[in-house]
Amino acid sequence: MSATFLYYPGCSMDGSARAYASSLEVVCRVLGIDLHEIDDWNCCGASEYVSLSQAKAHALVGRNLALAEQQRNGSSTLVAPCSLCYVNLAKTDHYMRKDRGLAASVNAALEAGGLAYTPGAVKVRHLFEVIVEEIGLDAVHAAVTRPLAGLTVAPYLGCLVTRPDYDGRWASKEHPVAFDRLLASLGAEVVDFPLRTDCCGGHMTQISPDTGFELIRRLVDAADRLGADMLVTLCPMCQMNVDAYQGEMNRHFHTHHHMPILFFTQLMGLAFGATASELGFGSEVVSARHALGRIGIEVPVAEPPPDATDGPPVRPRREKKPQGLPMPVMPDETEAVR
Amino acid sequence: MPGSGQADPPSVREGDFLREVIAATAGDSRLGCCIQCGTCGGSCPSAADMDHTPRMLFAMIRAGLRGEVLRSTTPWMCVSCYFCAVRCPQEVHIPDVMYAVKAIATREGVMPDSTAPDFSRTFVSNIHRYGRSYEVGLAAKHYIRHYPLRLPGMAPMGIAMVTKGRMGFAPHRIRGVAGLRAILARAEELERDGATREVPA
Repeated sequence: MSATFLYYPGCSMDGSARAYASSLEVVCRVLGIDLHEIDDWNCCGASEYVSLSQAKAHALVGRNLALAEQQRNGSSTLVAPCSLCYVNLAKTDHYMRKDRGLAASVNAALEAGGLAYTPGAVKVRHLFEVIVEEIGLDAVHAAVTRPLAGLTVAPYLGCLVTRPDYDGRWASKEHPVAFDRLLASLGAEVVDFPLRTDCCGGHMTQISPDTGFELIRRLVDAADRLGADMLVTLCPMCQMNVDAYQGEMNRHFHTHHHMPILFFTQLMGLAFGATASELGFGSEVVSARHALGRIGIEVPVAEPPPDATDGPPVRPRREKKPQGLPMPVMPDETEAVR
Repeated sequence: MPGSGQADPPSVREGDFLREVIAATAGDSRLGCCIQCGTCGGSCPSAADMDHTPRMLFAMIRAGLRGEVLRSTTPWMCVSCYFCAVRCPQEVHIPDVMYAVKAIATREGVMPDSTAPDFSRTFVSNIHRYGRSYEVGLAAKHYIRHYPLRLPGMAPMGIAMVTKGRMGFAPHRIRGVAGLRAILARAEELERDGATREVPA
């Protein structure tokens, strides 16, 4: 059985999220998913373009939708692996369907590039939705040859798969369990992660780092407390924020969290029997080698020594005194304590 | 008040600014339906770092406090998590309203005291140049410009991103970049014409 979809990779797939791209290739091969990359797609604008100009932001996304419509081949489902790309594509299509004025102005702009888009011509879906709904958990489970028994994972969806949810596909927009079920079908132990749809900070790590670090701290702290070995995500931006900025977050709060965050396709690939290096393991900044070593999976050694990736050594904090305020201590009292 | 050195954009009659924001938001924003319950601010992960809570900003929009609203950091601190949007009892499309306010402020050159507008502009200039974004290079540039004191702490992360092959040295340029620029230029013209159109009463 083979399922064909149009595919919009998004910029991070050949940048910071290469592990997502290589593991997705393995997953598609095993599950018989055929992804047709849209030729010459452009950036979706992230959350930046729409902050400067709505008309241009929708025209930018409109070009991708128009190319997808032109390149339809049996499937009109456009799959995006990145949550932000997914929402941007879905949003422009949604508003072009709802707002005739917008549809007309986007098409007037597209005309300058010799393109046109019929609102609703493609159906935009997140990769994760397609795997769960079109391929199905039974097929996923049937492909498992190396169950991830012994691995405890915190399912972290982030915001944009279930919100804003333009087509009303998600009954629960805050505590959906589909991602938990997918990971459980791989044999992993899944903790009930209350922050599964909380924000990773988005572009806050850039424009207001303190705000971003607090959001990252909440996620890794909760996952730590629940005894998770790792967070599992389906969004390159969530992965990048929690992974690459975890060291700086630790310095900011004087914490020592070590919570790897991996893409769900990497775990699927492992469960399907692929090797760790095929799946891009080792490219995470917060190494998952220890967590995976415990279930007998060897992660290739990354170039820099592992301790160098955790940021420079944090200056050890002075021991806190048991009392709230610094009180004078008599010499004989210190003796007594010793 | 951040940016209070700037001249106020022209003040407007009460209600006019509300109509302007609604007109600038794609689709039906339902902003006029806000009942000031505050569910938005209570759901917001970054509300603590905003000048005004979203609820207060909407009251200010309705009151016609155009200058204060356009200078507020609130829309720029929105993380677009859509918690407010799905919890709002009146189904106001809050993040879209935030985008619309930012776009009006940008058009008028009113900048709040935040590095956010600069980040957006750098991001967009990459798209104009290449058609694709250049995430890690962009982050590096932004940190060098705005948070130089954080650089020593961030250096190991940057090194790791390079050695682990997660950071390209240049973005890919799409073939149709000329066509894309033509599309964006036309969209800008259309928006300019639309913005000078009378806001419907």
